[in-house]
Amino acid sequence: MLKKPSTLSVLLSLVPFTAMCFTVSLWDRVEPTVLGLPFNLAWILFWLVLTPGIMWTVYGIERRR
Amino acid sequence: MTPGTVALSIIFGIMGLGSAIGFLAANKRKLNLEEWAVAGRGLGLILVWILLAGETFTTFSVLGISGWIYAKGGPTLYVLIYLTTGQVLIFFLGPLLWELGARFRLQTLGDFFAQRYGSRLLAATVSLAGVVFLMVYLQLQLTGLGIIVEVASFERVGRNPAMIVSTAVIACFVLSSGVRGVVWVSVLKDFLLVGVAVIVGIGLPYLHFGGIGPMFAALIKARPGFLTMPGGTATLTHSWFISTILVDSLMFCWPHFFASAFTAKNGDTIRRNAVIMPFYVLPLALILFAGCAAILISPGLRNGDLALLTAVRATFPPWVLGIIGGAGALTAMVPAAIQILTAATLLAKNVYRPYVDPGMTEERVARVARIAVGGITVGALYLALNTSPTLVGLLILGYSGVAQFGPGIVLGVTWRRVTSTGILAGLLCGLALAAALSFTGRDPYLGLNAGLFGLGLNVAVVVAVSLLGSRQPNGFAAPSAS
Repeated sequence: MLKKPSTLSVLLSLVPFTAMCFTVSLWDRVEPTVLGLPFNLAWILFWLVLTPGIMWTVYGIERRR
Repeated sequence: MTPGTVALSIIFGIMGLGSAIGFLAANKRKLNLEEWAVAGRGLGLILVWILLAGETFTTFSVLGISGWIYAKGGPTLYVLIYLTTGQVLIFFLGPLLWELGARFRLQTLGDFFAQRYGSRLLAATVSLAGVVFLMVYLQLQLTGLGIIVEVASFERVGRNPAMIVSTAVIACFVLSSGVRGVVWVSVLKDFLLVGVAVIVGIGLPYLHFGGIGPMFAALIKARPGFLTMPGGTATLTHSWFISTILVDSLMFCWPHFFASAFTAKNGDTIRRNAVIMPFYVLPLALILFAGCAAILISPGLRNGDLALLTAVRATFPPWVLGIIGGAGALTAMVPAAIQILTAATLLAKNVYRPYVDPGMTEERVARVARIAVGGITVGALYLALNTSPTLVGLLILGYSGVAQFGPGIVLGVTWRRVTSTGILAGLLCGLALAAALSFTGRDPYLGLNAGLFGLGLNVAVVVAVSLLGSRQPNGFAAPSAS
């Protein structure tokens, strides 16, 4: 059976889903452009780079348990 | 030499090199079923990363991403996201699946169902459905491969001969070296693919517009609203976006994910792999830039899948086209090989053995699997040569279809009360509903991905039937196989 992950791990793992999926109507626009990229694309790339950092933190939490 | 000859020689050179690596990889190893199907469970972090990336980044992600952004615009962004969120789910589920795989010597998705639920009917149903979805996926790889060779050779080599030759090569290296061969071809493929992503993703915008920023500025001016949802479509709205990401995040349900996950040395490898995987999505963003550039460079193409290569052909010298074509061809060959291998093992081990010859040894299973490689290859080739528009519908069904395995996998490791009858009933209902909606042109339905409706019905039926039936033993609670 799946060992229940800690609450903090679950909350942190929900961040990528919230940032890139559920909140789509808040950031799906072209303006303002960021470094020349449309806003929605820049937003996704930002979270894409951040997600491994978040999951690395979760990895640390789960390993210590 | 004509441009077509230059490009073609490079493409065939790269394909030849890839195949040679595939053939050599398994050299000197005894190729039993365990080695052939899961590389003896001995791959470390880097090789597993490459294998999982290799099967995720297919011709669909290269031609498909650029083709989708070309034809549909903004909704295409979903691809970058589900590949990332899917890894979050694998982070939690993957290590456990690996552990169960090692403890009960599981080699396939079908083995997982057989061990957990003790039902050969359920395992065979899952396996057969899995083989069907794999065939569809495989057919797409072959079609992509045909397109690449056709465009890169300036139409000198037709799509069909290209598909037939390369499919034969793929089948041969699957037969001779198994999954280990695929991994090593994948190493070459990944280097080339990242190089190609940089060349097209940065090169196309710079050569035509003087930079990525100016390219987007020109695109936003020329096609206002195209880069947000629903873009060039009428139905791919925000609710479609959210529901599709949720359904596609269940990508661990693909049978070849199980096969690849079992190749890892330990569960921790899978987990660390899930952490770093999103970095591999970044080259896809570059491919997306290239697709955006193609909208302005090569407007008016009827088939969006041709957009990237057509723009590249109009911009770069033939040898660059050759390298891109070669990388693209390997990008088709690697996942195709994994899919053939997985489908063949499923058929031999989870359908043929339990129903035709239960006493079969592993050596015999391996032999039947090799025969199945031939059958599956010919079948997918037949589909690819006789492409019809409904196959695009079939692919969408493939993704919402494999998602229906999700309840059986997730509830199998989280809920003691779940029964094989419940899972089978839920699976059939979910598949039927998703198929009915897709085939009647109702995907998306009420603004949501059709697979989500199937999944909802699936879970409801599983819970109801499981609670109504009597308790069943959990195969994962049994003592281990070895």
